[in-house]
Amino acid sequence: MTDKDNNEEFPAGGVILDGGNADGYETGGWRKLKPVLDKEKCTNCLICWVMCPDSAIIVEDGKVVGFDMEHCKGCGICDVECPPKINAIKMVSEEEAD
Amino acid sequence: MAIENAKSAQVGLTGNSAVALAMKQINPDVCPAYPITPSTAVIETFSSYVADGEVDTELITVESEHSAMSAGIGAAAAGARVMTATSAQGLALMWEMLYIASGMRLPIVMTNVNRALAAPINIHCDHSDSMGARDSGWVQLYSETVQESYDNVFMAVRIAEKVKLPVMVCLDGFITSHAIENMDTIEDADVQAFVGEYEPEVSLLKESELPTTYGAMSLPDSYMVFKKQQSEAMSGAKKVVEEVSAEFAKKFGREYGLIDSYKLDDADVAIVIFNSATGTTRVAVDELRKEGHKVGVMRIRLFRPLPHAEIAEALNGLKAVACLDRVDSFNDFGGPLFNEVRSSIYDLENRPKVISRIYGLGGRDYKVSDARSVFEELLKIVETGTVEDTTKYITI
Repeated sequence: MTDKDNNEEFPAGGVILDGGNADGYETGGWRKLKPVLDKEKCTNCLICWVMCPDSAIIVEDGKVVGFDMEHCKGCGICDVECPPKINAIKMVSEEEAD
Repeated sequence: MAIENAKSAQVGLTGNSAVALAMKQINPDVCPAYPITPSTAVIETFSSYVADGEVDTELITVESEHSAMSAGIGAAAAGARVMTATSAQGLALMWEMLYIASGMRLPIVMTNVNRALAAPINIHCDHSDSMGARDSGWVQLYSETVQESYDNVFMAVRIAEKVKLPVMVCLDGFITSHAIENMDTIEDADVQAFVGEYEPEVSLLKESELPTTYGAMSLPDSYMVFKKQQSEAMSGAKKVVEEVSAEFAKKFGREYGLIDSYKLDDADVAIVIFNSATGTTRVAVDELRKEGHKVGVMRIRLFRPLPHAEIAEALNGLKAVACLDRVDSFNDFGGPLFNEVRSSIYDLENRPKVISRIYGLGGRDYKVSDARSVFEELLKIVETGTVEDTTKYITI
């Protein structure tokens, strides 16, 4: 559905012929705030990974390593869900982060 | 009236019974329905076929016409052959879903028994219901007789599934839906051979393809592409209607064109009209021909897509034409038939004068004398070269 040079080949009626294609739809551009992880504080409890509605928490070997910025919409659920005693995720504006 | 065993035979049936019989012979997978006058008997009769086990159809009795079309869309997306019927307010309540059925390219076949739209509330025939839906992306076939209504239902299935667009078969409320006419039925086996199995290229329940998504959002980067595809499918439908009609004629002997011309070849003036009023107009044509006037009538069978080239060709050489609409567009400039026929002939070098006459609203009678009056007006236009009233209500 994203091949704009070949859009005459789109399936009639807008039928999407394969599954798991939400991955190809980049929603990161909607973001106003971005999450920043403090790896020192993070205990890798993975509550953020469970709660993220966009599956945008990147986990490797059971550890949070960062965020998928092509899909993170900046909703801040990870920040809210990160246990208050830990508080390893902070939402900051895009400019501030840079 | 439920028919027991359909053979190739001459029987007397109402339009509604004939459509229900056609549906029984097609044996669709799903029929979501909410009955409404004057199409009630289509669903009533068909439901008795379901109750008697004469069809395998899943009859879904829904809570509204909006739900009927919604259920039809879901079933069609799942890969079912879907048929239903409605009229007037029922069609109006389906409005949102009509566009979704066509936009999703689902070949639903629906009989619309033409009835006037409220207010004031009225149950009798005019074309305000289906004419309002003319831009909803449905192929529209208009039927003059009980026989043609029956035949059009079979052809509609083939057309819909070939072009991947829904098809509406229209017939006149009460005049055709409730009047008994002698007609020829087709044998069940011949019907099945004609309509064949429905094999959608993709569907939700097709085992070989997992998974598919229907009705997804499409933003400015793609929406227009789908509309262009839909537009091209509609353009292509004209040829498919011709091909399917030709195959039907070859198999069953009854010929139907995109338009139906009667004594137009050498005519000076003509009436263009839909559905049952055509027969009345033909009687006036015969009378006036005996009196030495060169008059004719053209019936539009296919209105969506509009056979504009065929209309222009058939009306080329005429001097004056009256388009009779059984509906008003409330635009201060005649009905839809008038506007589209007039536009179709615009590029003719010597185009005829075209007038709009609105007749028969809410079931008002249209008599031979009404057709004669219109022809007399047309003959006067030819004689004087001037049109006094481009648009006018008649039969009032």
